[in-house]
Amino acid sequence: MLDCKHNTELLSQSLERRITWRERLAMRMHLMMCRGCRNFEKQLAFIRKAARELPRKL
Amino acid sequence: MSAIDPEDLQQHRSYLVRYAILQLRDPHLAEDAVQETLVAAIEGRDKFSAQSSLRTWLVGILKHKILDMLRRRAREPQLNVAEGEDENELVDALFKENGRWAAPPQTWNEPEQSMENTHFWEVFEQCNQRMPLNTARAFMMREFMEMSTEEICQELSISTTNCWVLLHRARLALRECLDINWFGNVR
Repeated sequence: MLDCKHNTELLSQSLERRITWRERLAMRMHLMMCRGCRNFEKQLAFIRKAARELPRKL
Repeated sequence: MSAIDPEDLQQHRSYLVRYAILQLRDPHLAEDAVQETLVAAIEGRDKFSAQSSLRTWLVGILKHKILDMLRRRAREPQLNVAEGEDENELVDALFKENGRWAAPPQTWNEPEQSMENTHFWEVFEQCNQRMPLNTARAFMMREFMEMSTEEICQELSISTTNCWVLLHRARLALRECLDINWFGNVR
C-alpha cells in the first residue's frame, strides 16, 4: 500500500512526467481512501496555477 | 522596425525588477539583470516586432539575463558551500514515521477567489522568499519562468530525480506556508 508521503511524491511527479499506469492505479486507490491527500491534490493544482499567474500580478 | 523609445523601456523597469527579484532573491543582482536587459533591448531593438507586446519581449530577454547571472554565481564556489540546506527536516515534520500525514491537509476555502486579492499575492511572495534558496530557485524556474524539468536539471547541474525532489519539497513548503498564513488552518 502506498503511504501518504509517497503518494504526495507521485502527485508532484505527475506534474513532471508521465507516470505509469501502475503508479496511477496505486495513487487513485490511495486517494479514494485518504481525504488529506485529496485535499493535497487539489492544492497542488492550485499552487501551480497561482505560480503561473504570478507574473501577471506583479 | 525600431519603434522603441527608451522612455517606454523605463516604464517597464519596475515590473522587470520585481520579476527578477522573485527569481534571484537579491535586489542588487536583480537591478543588474534588468540593466543588462534594457541595454540589450536598446541594442537589439531592430529585433522587436510590434506583434508581441513590449513587456513580453523584455521578459523574454530578462529570463536569459537571469539565467546568465545564476550561471555566473554558480561558478563562485563559496556561494555553493553556503547552501547547507537540510530540507528533509520539513518532510520529516510533515509525515509520521509510518508515512502518514502528521496533520492531514484541510480543505482550502475558495482558493480561486484568493487570486483576486492583492494581499494573497503578498503572502504568496513571502512564502516563496521563505523557501531555502535552491528549492525556491528550482520551483520558480519551473512554475514562474515555465522552464521544463530538463532545462532546470541542466541549469542547476542536478539529476532529474533530484530535480523532482526539489520541486516536490518546494510544493510541500509552499502549501504549508499558504495553509498557515493565508487559509488560516491552525494546527
